Amino acid sequence: MKILAFAEQRSSQFKKTAFEVVKAAKTIGDQLNAEVIALVVGDKVQSIAPQLGGYGAAKVITVENEKLEKYSTTAYSKVIAETAKKEGAEILLLPASAMGKDAAPRVAIKLEAGLVSDCTALTVENGTIKAARPVFAGKGFAELIVATKIKMFTLRPNVFSAGKSDGSSAPVESFSVDISDVDMGSYVKDVKHTGGRKDVAEADIIVAGGRGLKSAENFAMIEELADLLDGAIGASRAVVDAGWRSIDEQVGQTGKTVAPSLYIAVGISGAVQHLAGMSSSKYIVAINKDKEAPIFSVADYGIVGDAFEVVPALTAEIKKLMGK
Amino acid sequence: MKIVVFVNHVPDTETKVKIGADGVSIEPTGVNYMLSPYDEFAVEEALKTKQKFGGEVAAVSLGGDANKETLRKALAMGCDKAVLLKDASVRDSFGVAKGLADFAKEYGADIIFAGKQSIDYDSAQVGGLVGELLGIPSVSVVVKLDIADGVATAEREIEGGHVIVHVKLPAVIIAQKGLNEPRYPSLKGIMDAKRKPIEEKIPAPVEPRVITTAMYLPPAKSAGKIVGTDAAAAVELVRLLHEEAKVI
Repeated sequence: MKILAFAEQRSSQFKKTAFEVVKAAKTIGDQLNAEVIALVVGDKVQSIAPQLGGYGAAKVITVENEKLEKYSTTAYSKVIAETAKKEGAEILLLPASAMGKDAAPRVAIKLEAGLVSDCTALTVENGTIKAARPVFAGKGFAELIVATKIKMFTLRPNVFSAGKSDGSSAPVESFSVDISDVDMGSYVKDVKHTGGRKDVAEADIIVAGGRGLKSAENFAMIEELADLLDGAIGASRAVVDAGWRSIDEQVGQTGKTVAPSLYIAVGISGAVQHLAGMSSSKYIVAINKDKEAPIFSVADYGIVGDAFEVVPALTAEIKKLMGK
Repeated sequence: MKIVVFVNHVPDTETKVKIGADGVSIEPTGVNYMLSPYDEFAVEEALKTKQKFGGEVAAVSLGGDANKETLRKALAMGCDKAVLLKDASVRDSFGVAKGLADFAKEYGADIIFAGKQSIDYDSAQVGGLVGELLGIPSVSVVVKLDIADGVATAEREIEGGHVIVHVKLPAVIIAQKGLNEPRYPSLKGIMDAKRKPIEEKIPAPVEPRVITTAMYLPPAKSAGKIVGTDAAAAVELVRLLHEEAKVI
């Protein structure tokens, strides 16, 4: 049996999820006696491919074409499906990233495969893969199995640990897929980057602010702390709706569901919709004036106090720890 | 232009989830249902598209009779027509997408709008599945849309930025929050919606591709410790984060 692991790259650099997906494929592959084949799609990706061997890929297939330099929904889904067919892969793993979530449903139709999105765990029981995933933005969890011959899963970033590379490199095979104009039915005209900060869905540390910060300008101290920790900025729905922060930072049921190692909630009271989106974070710190705020019910550590005093003190203390 | 918008009827965001007696779904007692928030952006964009190009907006929902409430909301917002693909059983994403795609094909949709995910199962699959079933492009997590000369220019959200995507119509446009500000139904809209018929169709049965075997609540998080009540507590907090949690 073969497992195809889609290793996402941008500008010839692997995303962290590429290693997570390959490693997760290796973990279930070992239990199913299946071989892991990693797939890298892009323009110039040959040179980065071998390192996936260090995370468990027995072989890496590269599909290179200048038309594939930027992600195209139609072209990438064709390439993934064609590669799976050529290899006879019965299990496909993709990241539940913007790219993976976009391509996976289309690949699933091409392969007549059942697809489970945004998995947070994959286990093997008597040869069957069971997937666990949050539903209702994390207020519940579902366990699912796939009934079709070919089975597809997208994996939530930051949840499956890639561990460290064992240093081995995998043989690389290039495969060519015809990309016609029809296949380029959707193409990227332009890319706009927003700042240098990590995306809230990918970050390992998130510093989030809510209405308690009183104004958009007061997010400066949140930004300072987030940058110090090399983290992302999160926002409650209230501050996004007020226009203080952009929508891509919103955490909660109508924003992103996140699970970083550390989530620092500043001036966020913790509406049920917000808690759903962040309560599976490994460690939660709450800083809020109101000791009755629901955020304290999920926090590992809380400071009941004025954010305008606590946050600068916290930043100063972390700087000291880091020797800055 | 023949415009189709998919709408789903979901537990509202205030819902506290309890697991139902069957162990694979939530207990519906005491739950209020609503038009899924992302579908509201899809409805608004469908209506704006009609305002610009003329034509008809058909709202379609797959589910039981309860979904009529959400279809009425779509009518009240200004959709011209509502169609219920009646099947009260729980379908997987593929089963829902197949029913919706069959309808869109029969109707002859020039453009299809969907929300990025329905806020119950959060699978975020239906838009892409429908696009592929119909053999037309799909663009997901769209925060800005312009249509001219049969080409849609859509801005979609990716990690750390946005990309501008071009697709020829027909296409599926999958709405993210930020695409627009959904209108509130007017009183006249609400009254008119009560009188408009909801067409019912029976979607073809579909074998499930994914089966839910269990549903459960996340492990309850117990409240942790209050480290202090003023800025001085920052010292102890940093120590705990560094030595106990080892996250910084």
